[in-house]
Amino acid sequence: MTSTTLLPTRRAAVSLAGVTKNFGSVPAVRGIDLEIHPGEVVAFLGPNGAGKTTTIDMILGLSQPTSGEVRVLGLTPRHAIARGLVSAVMQTGGLLKDLTVAETIAYTASLFADTRPVAEVLDTAGITAIANRKVAKCSGGEQQRLRFAMALLSNPALLLLDEPTTGMDVEGRRAFWSSIRRDAATGRTVLFATHYLEEADAYADRIVLISQGRIVADGSGAQIKALASGRTIRACVHDVDTAAIASIAGVDSVNLAGDQLTVHAGDSDAVARYLLNQTDAADLEIVTKGIEEAFLRLTGSNDKTDGNLR
Amino acid sequence: MTTTTERPADHFDPDTRRVPPMGGFNATMLGIELRRMLRNRRTIIFTLVFPIALFLAFGSQDGWDTSVGRGNVAAYVMVSMAFYGAALTAAAAGAMVAVERAQGWSRQLRLTPLSPTAYIATKALLALTLGALAIVVVNLAGVIQGRASMDAGVWVASALLTLVCTLVFAALGVFVGYLVPSENAMQILGPGLALFAFLGNVFIPITQGTLMWHIASFTPMFGVAEISRSVLTDDLPWYAVLNAMVWLAIFVAGAAWRMSRDTARV
Repeated sequence: MTSTTLLPTRRAAVSLAGVTKNFGSVPAVRGIDLEIHPGEVVAFLGPNGAGKTTTIDMILGLSQPTSGEVRVLGLTPRHAIARGLVSAVMQTGGLLKDLTVAETIAYTASLFADTRPVAEVLDTAGITAIANRKVAKCSGGEQQRLRFAMALLSNPALLLLDEPTTGMDVEGRRAFWSSIRRDAATGRTVLFATHYLEEADAYADRIVLISQGRIVADGSGAQIKALASGRTIRACVHDVDTAAIASIAGVDSVNLAGDQLTVHAGDSDAVARYLLNQTDAADLEIVTKGIEEAFLRLTGSNDKTDGNLR
Repeated sequence: MTTTTERPADHFDPDTRRVPPMGGFNATMLGIELRRMLRNRRTIIFTLVFPIALFLAFGSQDGWDTSVGRGNVAAYVMVSMAFYGAALTAAAAGAMVAVERAQGWSRQLRLTPLSPTAYIATKALLALTLGALAIVVVNLAGVIQGRASMDAGVWVASALLTLVCTLVFAALGVFVGYLVPSENAMQILGPGLALFAFLGNVFIPITQGTLMWHIASFTPMFGVAEISRSVLTDDLPWYAVLNAMVWLAIFVAGAAWRMSRDTARV
């Protein structure tokens, strides 16, 4: 087999190729291509119903794509899970109320070929003191720490978090993310879904913006925020050097479709000056937008999905 | 602190990872599952105390010493009640999947190496262990009461046969556990199994050949109950075996079908 020549470090932590998922005749994911590199902390950002959870379910092997291929460290999701390479922390459920904390950890650990020692995991998660407490008697925060401990038992290469901080207060949120960042420093790949731009920006190396089952933007927090801030300049141009525009300070993106030019820039004046002086630009318009508005535009959620933000 | 215990990143290399043997099936999990069941007071009362009470009530009627096959009526009632208790216990063990699904545990298990086969094997072994407990308890009650009479060989063979027969109801428990989307599966199974027990010749003998008997012969407890008593009665009619096989197939197929479609998110 030739695949043995592939170096482990070259393997994508997650690789999605042309992935779609329909529920009946309703498309939830409409074609996602994505490669996540080992050690990256990536945020799936998008409004409710964008397809984040559906995509995560496919990466976890809980559902099969309608078309396309999902690979986790070069393996099918099921094979990766059987080797303890993938874990997930869900926001609710996933615990048996009539087990104790220690029993839950011991039970989960017994299912893997190799795990970190149970005592060590309890200690790391700060739940040694409540080891003999029934899960039903644990607070929401304690249950979340238990879920986290379970997820880290097998020392997974990839950790998936679906809306991990829902219901946490500000302090809990900060503590949670600082432990995730510390953990990611060991080289673990982390993929989390959120619909908060701020959370994605503060804690992810890379933000993948998803809307209506597609990736609409992919970049660092700064790049996504630039997309979401500044101004948009549109004009009708027949003869234009897009590279020259792109080199203007403050320009984030340049797009030419036919004779319709669209430029995103922090400094719209410089672009407008260039267009009017150096090209045959006509019908020039400059649109300002706030972060929320831009985010909504990018994610296409300016319809019914998030009525309160309209 | 955490830093001393972190593994190097090369531990994330898939080639260094092993898959657990036997699909993740192991004694630790089985032990914890067993402890869980035994901690549940309702399970203990319905599956252990209730059949003993029934045996003591039915097994003390007039004519308890009348000869039946290779034993007496008291022995016949004892085997029947042991079977009923074991079936109830096994169904309760199977129906635990309803609780596990409601709490999102089934979904959590799907994020571990545990294979569906290993999961079923665990549930089956658990049902058998608890069924054995129910059988032992009723048989002990029989020994202490002192009226049941049959050869030791017949006694042991009946108990073992009863144990195998309870698997039919473990499958039913799993099936119902998947059908009922809540923690109320046992509230359906409890009365349901009592009804089947009446119809299936477990509580009260139904006169052979009557219309009632013909209806009864199609119900799910009829066949397995006949089989579990067959060593004692020295009689194993073909229709009892057919009944048991068909119902086992229905319950196993139903459980497998529901399980394969279980994609519920909690």
